[in-house]
Amino acid sequence: MNDVAYLPIGPPQLLLAASLIAVNLALSLGLRLGLTRTLLIASVRMTVQLLLIGLVLEWVFALDEPLPILAIALLMSALAGVSAVQRTKRRFAGVYWDSLVSVLSAAFLVTGFALVGIVRVRPWYDAQYLIPLLGMVLGNVLNGISLALDRFTEGVAQRRAQAELLLTLGATRWEAGHALIVDALRVGMIPTVNAMMVMGIVSLPGMMTGQILAGAAPADAVRYQIVIMFMIAAATALGAFGVVMLAFSRLFDRQHRLRSERLESVGR
Amino acid sequence: MGIRHGPLPPSGLLLDARNLGRRVAGRWLWRGLDLALAAGERLAVSGPSGSGKTLLLRALAGLDGLDEGEIELQGRGLRSWSMPRYRTQVAYLPQRPAMVEGTVEDNLQLPFGLAAHRSTPFPERSARRALGQLGRGESFLRQRTEGLSGGEAQLVAVLRVLLLEPSVLLLDEPTASLDEAATVALEDLVAAWLNGAPERAVIWTSHQQTQLERVANRRLTLAGHA
Repeated sequence: MNDVAYLPIGPPQLLLAASLIAVNLALSLGLRLGLTRTLLIASVRMTVQLLLIGLVLEWVFALDEPLPILAIALLMSALAGVSAVQRTKRRFAGVYWDSLVSVLSAAFLVTGFALVGIVRVRPWYDAQYLIPLLGMVLGNVLNGISLALDRFTEGVAQRRAQAELLLTLGATRWEAGHALIVDALRVGMIPTVNAMMVMGIVSLPGMMTGQILAGAAPADAVRYQIVIMFMIAAATALGAFGVVMLAFSRLFDRQHRLRSERLESVGR
Repeated sequence: MGIRHGPLPPSGLLLDARNLGRRVAGRWLWRGLDLALAAGERLAVSGPSGSGKTLLLRALAGLDGLDEGEIELQGRGLRSWSMPRYRTQVAYLPQRPAMVEGTVEDNLQLPFGLAAHRSTPFPERSARRALGQLGRGESFLRQRTEGLSGGEAQLVAVLRVLLLEPSVLLLDEPTASLDEAATVALEDLVAAWLNGAPERAVIWTSHQQTQLERVANRRLTLAGHA
């Protein structure tokens, strides 16, 4: 790790970077945005979480054993599954479970395929590849799932009369929920599609920038970025589809009844 | 389907619900309730607000669950029916009708795009004839539903259901927000449907006693225990 192609950042430089938060604080105080406390908490959380994960990753990278690496991967996925639900406004019994199952299956399927089939990492569990690739995928699947789930549950609550109208006219639950499902999946995919549209023109993605900073040739970094974007697109679609179908089967039961009473709004 | 009706059981009952019970928030709204509907019958369900009239109609349409009891349609238990098919026979109309975006015609055609009705073509002539009897012409079909009055929307909703030729119609306070002319029009529409075939029956709920006396020949009163 000594002869690296980038300039390392030491504690004094971290402090200097942290001083940039003064811009946010000044704005918040000056305009009375009421964000001061939240900003400080967010800054501290971000810094502490990243420093900790840095230590954990150093330890995991040194291990070279599949089980602890998989355990970390599982933990990351579980956290993603929980966070996805926490951003939604309406919940139902089993929603955490649905989110967890969707995140896990989507992220593991796609990351596994990329590790073994595309990048061909040996051994397949090499933490240097598995953890960052999975992390990128999880962050995006989380967004997709929470947007799709929020839209679907909101649709069930707001457009209840429409769905029930169809049921009273003899629609199957699938026919009655179809418009809501389609809408939720579309919304879940919007961030990914938007990102792909402008990538490289408006935005230079973080992972690619990181690789370039770390000394990778831009042409190589770009290829990784392309791989990761396809992974993200597939995993987000799978995850959003999974969670919406699971939510659908709980809110439209087998007797073709709409069970919107199972939805509870969460205050905030 | 839709047009043909299954043979009635020996009892001659179209709808036979026994020992129905529904609990809400720990107390029974109604319990041990029997409701038998023979062909041609017009049943009124009355009772104070909160006595569970709407929940009863919704349960009969299979839209809400029951805590106790059995429902049979044409001699077959609810559980042996596929619910979409059951609901083509037992049609529930809520107090406030829902419309899909688009024109009156889009709304009338809506059910015929569903799998349960796909084998039946949209009965355009019956629709036009019924609208004509309501004093509404060609331009009404092209009107967008956002612009309809409450009464007009309710008439469209009733017509939409009647074009599917169900055997049992469940009307939940259908005229609560209608003026007198629209109320008469709706009652006429239902009466014409009822007289159109022998094996049909209707259940009404309403707050207006005079209306229930006019449209029903039998009454079921929900006590609404406090």
